[in-house]
Amino acid sequence: MSAQVPIAAYLILAAVLFSIGVAAFLIKRNLISIFMSIELMLNAVNLTLVAFAHMWHQVSGQIFVFFVMVVAAAEAAVGLAIIIAIFRTRETLNVDSVDLMKS
Amino acid sequence: MQLALFMIFGGLAVLAALNLLLQRHPINSALSLVVVMMSLAVLYWSLGAEFLAAAQVIVYSGAIMVFFVFVIMLLNAGEEERTTGSRAAYIVGFPGAAAIFCLLSFVFLSERNAFGSSNVGGYLNHVTSNISEVSSLLFTKLLLPFEVTSVLILVAILGAVVLARKEQ
Repeated sequence: MSAQVPIAAYLILAAVLFSIGVAAFLIKRNLISIFMSIELMLNAVNLTLVAFAHMWHQVSGQIFVFFVMVVAAAEAAVGLAIIIAIFRTRETLNVDSVDLMKS
Repeated sequence: MQLALFMIFGGLAVLAALNLLLQRHPINSALSLVVVMMSLAVLYWSLGAEFLAAAQVIVYSGAIMVFFVFVIMLLNAGEEERTTGSRAAYIVGFPGAAAIFCLLSFVFLSERNAFGSSNVGGYLNHVTSNISEVSSLLFTKLLLPFEVTSVLILVAILGAVVLARKEQ
């Protein structure tokens, strides 16, 4: 058997991806980019679930990832429809311009 | 082989995620995200989740990201301008993300002996194939959540149609 990878390495890779997603979520000012960083965070969490499923030799974690994927697809459909609706009324994609509830 | 796959595709995923963070134009971020998802599909395969690897390629990088690219094209999204509307996000952004990473990696590294290590192909207990195990569990024990998911998708379709419709 060739060199093995510790499960902790996969978990740390997922932590790196999740942190990059958090930073992108906070730094980006474009609505679509912010939405994409949410997808990046979901993917990082999926990687931890798959790694744990591998660790326990069970498929329950993989089925959880399957449901997360389905919910992410539904979320993307609704979220992008909301982005289109915002763009139609405000003519901008910058989150700093969408401050209807601020004042 | 496991180590080589992890090194190559893990590094590719991290580089593409950093590219997503640094690029100004949303289309470049979207294409970087496709690279991240493809690399994750390879990692899923190396962890023994063949079905999820295929679903990741088909659903995420095939359907969701094409949808993103369509919306970017439809809205003609240009480069994002760096406004200073929320100063707090800029100040908290990188230190907060670094703090989350430190916390997570501290927990993972302090428990690393309990996690063990992984073999390519992934072996399940008393099972022959990954897909047969997933499907038998999904269609027997988890049939109700599976069917409820279809209702969720139906509601999402209706919501998307209602939200994106032009106001009369």
